[in-house]
Amino acid sequence: MNNIFVYCEIEGTTIADVSLELLTKGRKLANELGCQLEAIVAGNNLKDVEKQVLPYGVDRVHIFDEPRLFPYTSLPHTSILVNLFKEEKPQICLMGATVIGRDLGPRVSSALKSGLTADCTQLEIGSHEDKKAGVTYENLLFQIRPAFGGNIVATIVNPEHRPQMATVREGVMKKEILDENYKGEVIRHDVTKYVPEADYVVNVIDRHIEKAKHNLKGSPIVIAGGYGMGSKEGFDKLFELAKELHAEVGGSRAAVDAGFCDHDRQIGQTGVTVHPKLYIACGISGQIQHISGMQDAGIIISVNNDPNAPINTIADYVINGKVEEVVPKLIKYYKKNSK
Amino acid sequence: MSLKIVVLAKQVPDTRNVGKDAMNADGTINRAALPAIFNPEDLNALEQALRLKDTHPGSTVTILTMGPGRAAEIIREGLYRGADNGYLLTDRAFAGADTLATSYAIATAIKRINNCDIIIGGRQAIDGDTAQVGPQVAEKLGLSQITYTEEIISVDEATRRITAKRHIDGGVEIVEGPLPIVLTVNGSAAECRPRNAKLVQKYKRALGSQEKAAITKEGAELPYADLYEKRPYLNIAEWSVADVCGDIQECGLSGSPTKVKKIENIIFQAKENKTLTSSDDEMEGLIVELLANHTIG
Repeated sequence: MNNIFVYCEIEGTTIADVSLELLTKGRKLANELGCQLEAIVAGNNLKDVEKQVLPYGVDRVHIFDEPRLFPYTSLPHTSILVNLFKEEKPQICLMGATVIGRDLGPRVSSALKSGLTADCTQLEIGSHEDKKAGVTYENLLFQIRPAFGGNIVATIVNPEHRPQMATVREGVMKKEILDENYKGEVIRHDVTKYVPEADYVVNVIDRHIEKAKHNLKGSPIVIAGGYGMGSKEGFDKLFELAKELHAEVGGSRAAVDAGFCDHDRQIGQTGVTVHPKLYIACGISGQIQHISGMQDAGIIISVNNDPNAPINTIADYVINGKVEEVVPKLIKYYKKNSK
Repeated sequence: MSLKIVVLAKQVPDTRNVGKDAMNADGTINRAALPAIFNPEDLNALEQALRLKDTHPGSTVTILTMGPGRAAEIIREGLYRGADNGYLLTDRAFAGADTLATSYAIATAIKRINNCDIIIGGRQAIDGDTAQVGPQVAEKLGLSQITYTEEIISVDEATRRITAKRHIDGGVEIVEGPLPIVLTVNGSAAECRPRNAKLVQKYKRALGSQEKAAITKEGAELPYADLYEKRPYLNIAEWSVADVCGDIQECGLSGSPTKVKKIENIIFQAKENKTLTSSDDEMEGLIVELLANHTIG
């Protein structure tokens, strides 16, 4: 009772990275609160699936195995969470801010009338004083997220309603195995007790999942372009530099909106979060929504002809110059000096 | 047979092009510096609705929005592009609503509109980026949902089934489900058609009652006042909590489980940095330095 639950997303029979990241975070929060960590896995053919989650410090894993639970559809997965939560009364529920998590989370929160905060970048435990009511709430989940296009950071709490629900994007939290041999309880539920037959009304009739075209999230060197690249042709220069440096290319929201690069390369609060050892920002002014997706980079180089670009304040190297001059020079001198 | 379609649309501050003057010195938002626009993905949703109207003659498209009196602008923009009518949900009791209280208000309004076949909105609004209202409205109405829709492929009125393409993580999915249904539309869907000049002529004087009141507040006469009696379609309908038979406890701040504890302007810890020019010497020097410390290989 009153534990932390993580909904584990699944592709085929593999648990998504974002869910493992949340289990890692959930374990830390559970230790702080002195409660247990529980995982929910719903899909098809889930023999041995517990082996993927228990090492993250999961005390109980709830498995719902039924052919119609994969691919994901909204209603059956909602019923699983809603009915399980009515029994288990979790204090916190976390899920990935993915297409699935953002389809499922709101539906569950609406059914349970519990609050949900989308796309959190930090989760902390703390106390909250409601001065008007004269009540202090201990051990609440602080759900911290950028808001208003990333221009402010808001801390959200749900004082009265349970579970406190939050979604988090992939790559924001770090995944870390606690103990390969962690012992947790495995519960295989009778799906028919949780999901009424009428829930299977939406059918997935075709599905194409392509392997990601790039490894932006895991690349040690990231070169990112912004609106300052001027054009798609200008932006394409970054791919030449990336080829030399064995780097991946990303873009700011403004570059994506302008059509300079594909949407799946967007770095920032509403895109991918990256943690490379080197980040080269070209023609990026540095809106907060962008910076929140790359500020943990080891070394940051900013190339900008505006010496007052906000991104320069967090950069290790600031190159005051035009990107169209700087990028070819970087290519040229890299070729000359690397062996 | 025809379809009754409701488009959920929101007027939002344009957070995409935030300049340096968008934040006040005290960390609050300078709303005056941000123009109010039609939420971009709601326009994608409107286009999908209008396409259904084109292919299913006799269908109606209704714009439903929530906000202050000036949000009637969203309904006019919808009418200019081919919507048939619209409702503005507006009440002080709605103020301070989180997504759950917002969904409650919208769901009660959809019940009042009654017998809807398709409820369609953008995936998310650019001021909150939560993507919660669509699925929550669906849950409150007890309907199924298709989120992240890229295209409605077909609606079969005989079997009352809809088929749509979704844009999911790493791919696409074709799904089919029953009417009535709630859809949310992704920004990768077809762009909305432009305003139609004839419709702009027809609806340009359409006003909500709060807009009319704002014009006549200082004792001014409402221009073309007689038109609003002769042409009822120029009166944009406004609904309060009472009009949609909502429970006031479920609305606004009191209906919101989430509370904002703290808002902070973001200040990043400034680092000491090395400033370079784009000269050949300095560029080569940088590359040599990065190679020497194995930052690049």
